[in-house]
Amino acid sequence: MKFLVTVKRVVDYEAKLKVLEDKSFINMENINMITNPFDEIGVEAAIQLKEKFGGEIVVVSIGNEESQQNIRTALAMGADRGILINHDAQGEFINTEITARALHKICEEEKPDVIIMGKQAIDTDNHQTSEYLSELLSIGNASQANTIELDVDNKTATVKKEADGGLETVTTSLPCLITTDLRLNEPRYASLPGIMKAKRKPLKKVDLKDLNINVQSKFEMLEFNTQPEREAGQILESVDALMEKLNPVMKTI
Amino acid sequence: MGKHLIVVEHDNINILKPTYCAILASNEVTKDTTALILAKDQTVFNLLSKQIENHVSQVYGICNESFQNSIAQSYAMAIEHVVNNQKFEYVWAGSSSFIKETMPRLTARLKNASMISDIQRVISKDTFERPMWAGDIITKVRMLSDIKVITVRPTDFQGKPGSIEGTCNISEIVHEIAEISTKFVSFDAVKSDRPSLADASVIVSGGRGLKTPDNFNKLIFPLADTLNAAVGASRAICDADWVPNDWQVGQTGKVVAPALYFAIGISGAIQHVAGMRGSKVIVAINKDVEAPIFQVADYGLVGDALEILPELTEKIKNIL
Repeated sequence: MKFLVTVKRVVDYEAKLKVLEDKSFINMENINMITNPFDEIGVEAAIQLKEKFGGEIVVVSIGNEESQQNIRTALAMGADRGILINHDAQGEFINTEITARALHKICEEEKPDVIIMGKQAIDTDNHQTSEYLSELLSIGNASQANTIELDVDNKTATVKKEADGGLETVTTSLPCLITTDLRLNEPRYASLPGIMKAKRKPLKKVDLKDLNINVQSKFEMLEFNTQPEREAGQILESVDALMEKLNPVMKTI
Repeated sequence: MGKHLIVVEHDNINILKPTYCAILASNEVTKDTTALILAKDQTVFNLLSKQIENHVSQVYGICNESFQNSIAQSYAMAIEHVVNNQKFEYVWAGSSSFIKETMPRLTARLKNASMISDIQRVISKDTFERPMWAGDIITKVRMLSDIKVITVRPTDFQGKPGSIEGTCNISEIVHEIAEISTKFVSFDAVKSDRPSLADASVIVSGGRGLKTPDNFNKLIFPLADTLNAAVGASRAICDADWVPNDWQVGQTGKVVAPALYFAIGISGAIQHVAGMRGSKVIVAINKDVEAPIFQVADYGLVGDALEILPELTEKIKNIL
């Protein structure tokens, strides 16, 4: 079984963000970067499946040189080899198409049986790339997985998805693309031996422009602004004080 | 005819609310829209057309028994056919789990198309506002592609779309639906008598500060029942299996904007706030005066929910 997972280097969700003077982007100075949490869940999911069924896990990231750290962490967790598609994306911050097409090229070469990606990146919150990729590959997809089961003999996957209003179960044939939701698993910490081993695992670098994806940007990022603050609230002293404030509110509901 | 297509999401009985939000958003650009209903048969198609015919100029339907259950890949193929055949330039849909799964597949199929997800504001026919980084940042984006696929955040486009003058043209498009490998197996609905998070004007949400699932049940449900409110949850207690995952409010769960939101024992991490900051009035109850939730709350009470909630519930009961 060949598993392909993706990791994206994103701004830490705990970071306090400020916008640049010219509103062209956020201020990236001294910002802590992490692996997209949904992608970590994806790496863990692949490792658990590999532990069960055997095989190989390829971890791919699209980003600048620093994304190698995020690939190495995945290798330390248990992935086998990594591929960095070198690309400084800042100028095209939403570019699902380029990302998906780059991954498409990699998948055409690697021919994975199961691709596992995070359902969304917590920076853009776009929730597009994985489904877009599944369409480019013309394969089945199951998004927002809560559980994943594989039938290797029959080459099918059964996925319980976190749908609106409940859990939906679907089956699809391999190769397929699955995206992770929060409760699929709890990613393991990389162990010290794992981290040492990871240094020797292969990490191939490819320049995005060498993939020959000639796609014009279809977006213009005009402005970045901080969310307007809500007006400051009040701490009240008692339930009665709260009731006084709520009374008029409840009359309007 | 207009070039704006509205993708209808439904449950075979009713058109779901986010679809109307999509119509509302599209109406900021045009009053001339076409709804597309993918239905398992003509009975369902007719039933659903009636619900929407006053709000759009035209309704197209494709009937196929495979549409009994919505699968993203099939939907994308069917929508693509209509977009290309009728030369639509905009495809609008209300954001939901299913729409999030479907529209990127559609976008990948179309020539010179791009997709913008979860817009919160229409600035012009090609410029939109959307949140990023859990809503900490609002971006203004111009779309340059010939075909624009747009999903809208329901909480930002609330209300009923206006009635459209004239007769609505309702017609069926005959189109073969290709067989795909993905099949629906089952759906385990979260059973609840309470209003849904999406529709409720009052939401009572609980978090880890309540300490035990037992406390959650003892404190949250009575208050919610008194207010006829929906019940929401922080991510932490969903992870801990206190409540169904479907109740999670937040950046990666449900985004809500009720008239009144109670955050009980919820610290107010940015990811939770992302899901409820649009609420009109926010009340926070938390033991910790430093909890970030007090930064977004309009009214706060610092104290033990175990003591505060029974008193609050009783006093609300008395005035209702």
